[in-house]
Amino acid sequence: METTTTKEKEPTIRSYAVVWIALVILTAVTVTIGALHVGSLSVILSLAIAAAQATLVFVYFMHLRYEKHPVIRLIVPIVFILLAIFIGLTFSDVLTR
Amino acid sequence: MSAEHAHAGHSGGGKLGMWLFISTEMLLFGGLFLLYAMYRYNHPIDFHEASQELSRFFGTLNTCVLFSSSFTVALAVLFLRQGDKAKARLFLLITIALALAFITVKGFEWAAKFHHGLYPSSATLLARPKGEILYFGLYFTMTGIHALHVLIGIGLFSVIYFLINKGSVTPQRPILLENTILYWSMVDVIWIFLFPLFYLIS
Repeated sequence: METTTTKEKEPTIRSYAVVWIALVILTAVTVTIGALHVGSLSVILSLAIAAAQATLVFVYFMHLRYEKHPVIRLIVPIVFILLAIFIGLTFSDVLTR
Repeated sequence: MSAEHAHAGHSGGGKLGMWLFISTEMLLFGGLFLLYAMYRYNHPIDFHEASQELSRFFGTLNTCVLFSSSFTVALAVLFLRQGDKAKARLFLLITIALALAFITVKGFEWAAKFHHGLYPSSATLLARPKGEILYFGLYFTMTGIHALHVLIGIGLFSVIYFLINKGSVTPQRPILLENTILYWSMVDVIWIFLFPLFYLIS
């Protein structure tokens, strides 16, 4: 029996395994939703699940949970805000033509 | 790169540099995702028709293979840090095998498309509606650049395998392996978005 405290400072085999299983389960969910033909709702749902999976990878596999460097902690939010601006500005043009 | 790390002493600078590189990689794919979003908005029916031709089975299989490879390489660095070089090398080899499996499945998918005359600028493809030409153009470009990143990853893992043998990637100095894991996780994140957008959304 291993004694894992509630506040883990370092990743363990178990925490990696849990994340891996969560990623596979989320894939199964998104594939199932894709097969249901729920129309435009499927776009929102699969992108939401993709965002959840990406967050799991960033936080655990890329160790952002254990990261102390302030710049490294900010990089992912900055990239996604930039992409949101690009996509938002482009569609503000496309949608109003 | 390894020489710089050897002199750095601690991993702060090397890791920050890797993250900056990863941010540029995400912006590179971000531009392609923007193109996808626009063309999909302009040609919703063509994109739907074309996406039906991809194999969901192979797409799902490859997604799971890629997640498994991220898991095994995470274990490799865990064992390296604990000083268990033999297990670190074993899990590195499993990771390389999984990455090769991903490329093999991708190869079969592309081969099937080529067999049906679907490849960039082919006569069969150009005879199709405009939206389908755009869809397959983006499909081959984005999964192609992604597959290139997977191949680079296999190269990096192989080099690190030998560097562990040689003794220049050690439990005290695992930064090269850690940075490669950051790179590999980024490859994962890109696939996480590619998979639903090309294979699932109808």
